[in-house]
Amino acid sequence: MSDKDFVLAVEGLTVSFDGFKAVNDFSFYVEENEIRVIIGPNGAGKTTVLDLICGKTKSTEGSIKFCGKELTKMSEHGIVHAGVGRKFQNPSVYEDLTVFENLELSYPKGRNVFGALTFKRSQEVLDAIQETAEMVFLVEMLDKSAALLSHGQKQWLEIGMLLIQNPSLLMLDEPVAGMSVAERKKTAELLRKITKDRSVIVIEHDMNFVADIADRVTVMHQGKLLSEGSMNHVQNDPKVVEVYLGH
Amino acid sequence: MTNSSPQRLLTPKEIGSYAFLALILLVVLPMSMDVFRLNLVGKYLSYTFVAMSLVLCWGYGGILSLGQGIFFGLGGYCMAMFLKLEASSPENTAIQSTPGIPDFMDWNQLTALPWFWEPFNNLGLTLLAVVLVPGLFAFVIALAMFKRRVGGVYFAIITQAVAAILTILIVGSQGMTGGINGITDLRTLLGWDIRTDDAKFILYFVCVFFLFASLLLCQFILKSKLGRLLVAVRDTEERVRFSGYNVDNFKIFVFTFAAMLSAIGGAMFTLQVGFMSPSFVGIVPSIEMVIFCAVGGRLSLFGAVYGVLLVNFAKTTLSEAMPEVWLFALGALFIAVVSIFPDGLAGLYKTYLEPTVDKIFGPLYKKFKQILPSRGSAVKSN
Repeated sequence: MSDKDFVLAVEGLTVSFDGFKAVNDFSFYVEENEIRVIIGPNGAGKTTVLDLICGKTKSTEGSIKFCGKELTKMSEHGIVHAGVGRKFQNPSVYEDLTVFENLELSYPKGRNVFGALTFKRSQEVLDAIQETAEMVFLVEMLDKSAALLSHGQKQWLEIGMLLIQNPSLLMLDEPVAGMSVAERKKTAELLRKITKDRSVIVIEHDMNFVADIADRVTVMHQGKLLSEGSMNHVQNDPKVVEVYLGH
Repeated sequence: MTNSSPQRLLTPKEIGSYAFLALILLVVLPMSMDVFRLNLVGKYLSYTFVAMSLVLCWGYGGILSLGQGIFFGLGGYCMAMFLKLEASSPENTAIQSTPGIPDFMDWNQLTALPWFWEPFNNLGLTLLAVVLVPGLFAFVIALAMFKRRVGGVYFAIITQAVAAILTILIVGSQGMTGGINGITDLRTLLGWDIRTDDAKFILYFVCVFFLFASLLLCQFILKSKLGRLLVAVRDTEERVRFSGYNVDNFKIFVFTFAAMLSAIGGAMFTLQVGFMSPSFVGIVPSIEMVIFCAVGGRLSLFGAVYGVLLVNFAKTTLSEAMPEVWLFALGALFIAVVSIFPDGLAGLYKTYLEPTVDKIFGPLYKKFKQILPSRGSAVKSN
């Protein structure tokens, strides 16, 4: 298969921190409109893989091709402009700004210094903010400071901040961690809605949630690929049962 | 509903703030003070440019600079070099062994004007240099630091080191800079004697004019998306970076802008006080300026202006009465700001006074709102 068939092709990815290989010769491929979930025990290197894709960490070896573009050489903002969005594990929103302003700053316009100085809140921007706020259940909160949001609402806001950029690859690091049961349900619903026209990589520990959303599951262990396939397949893989799921 | 209210450069309330400051600076102080005191206020006002620059770069951008004196000083030196050259005409310096060069050069056995002094024969070039030299210097520092992701405390320490280095450099090259004494005995600006009372009176108003222009410019920046981005960078730099912004460029911009603003203050200082020396470049003045800004409130442009004025009034009054007490008082003030009122005077005003002021002026604001044309349609204002 050629690279073009994949939205994301990661090959032989290795990163070494002072000799410790957090990710070791790791390869995986994400297809268009696929929801891929990465699971694995703590320290398996899941978050590091996302860091490498979005450019937060520079790889030691290997390649990351996104729609034919090599990401390992690009700057962080360049990778975002190419269409990769990333949600962090701890909700990171701008607490000193309102929900409206959080979304406004994420709107992909006026991203350089001069553009930011002359940026105008056009109807287009206002509509996009309204639409996104509706999607992430925060319309009522638009004028509130983001610091006042609950943990779950902050997670939604950050997802909203990514959605407004309309990325073609969305990476979510533990999107339901710390959420109540009701919030989890709503989030699963939200994810199903937003994953329609894009590829998504999710890191998650909640196996019910994983079974609910995943097209395919990648299992990592000690920086390496342990198993890959449908939820059913990995759940019955003896290697996975051994290191992660337990007997 | 703030989202649907129109976005203006100035809200009625802000117009009120400008009017009040204008009343104090343009009417009350000039009417109630002799020229000597007014000139002192003018000198304080030249520090407000630095305090405003710190509001932008430290209060909003989260970039603490302990070296704003560098840029204040460079701006001041550029102005002083022009004035010094004008004061060193061959007629005025006929008794020197090399007439036509500044006196301190002659004392240090220099026989020709150093090349970098040449542009300062021209007022136009000098005025450009006042903002461009510090701007360029700040740009280079910011480029080197922010592109390497040096930030926070490390950046603050580096700015402090640069301030120390620059002081040593100026003091060390006495023949070219006037050394520890600085550039003194400045007399005329294009033939206009700046030492007279009339000139001091006029320069005070020039300074106030630049102060208001700078306030408006800063407010424009803070109200643009760039202002909100600065807050976002201060909050969660990573999130801004991974929302597609080249954060380094924004930091470089705000630091460079702050430097240029400080430099205008430095030039106004030189004009009003009549000399420039390394004692306004180094670590101590730089930190004093941070204290001015913190006392006023690092999130409020107006707070910074009032902070500078009040601290300096206190300094003058206290130093005249008990000279040895002032530094202790300044230290105590800084501790009080950090531990008791972190948002400075502006924070105190907002908590205790503003509700009352709003009650009195509320109806007036409303009337104003109806008169003022709104900019844009459904947009937000704070």
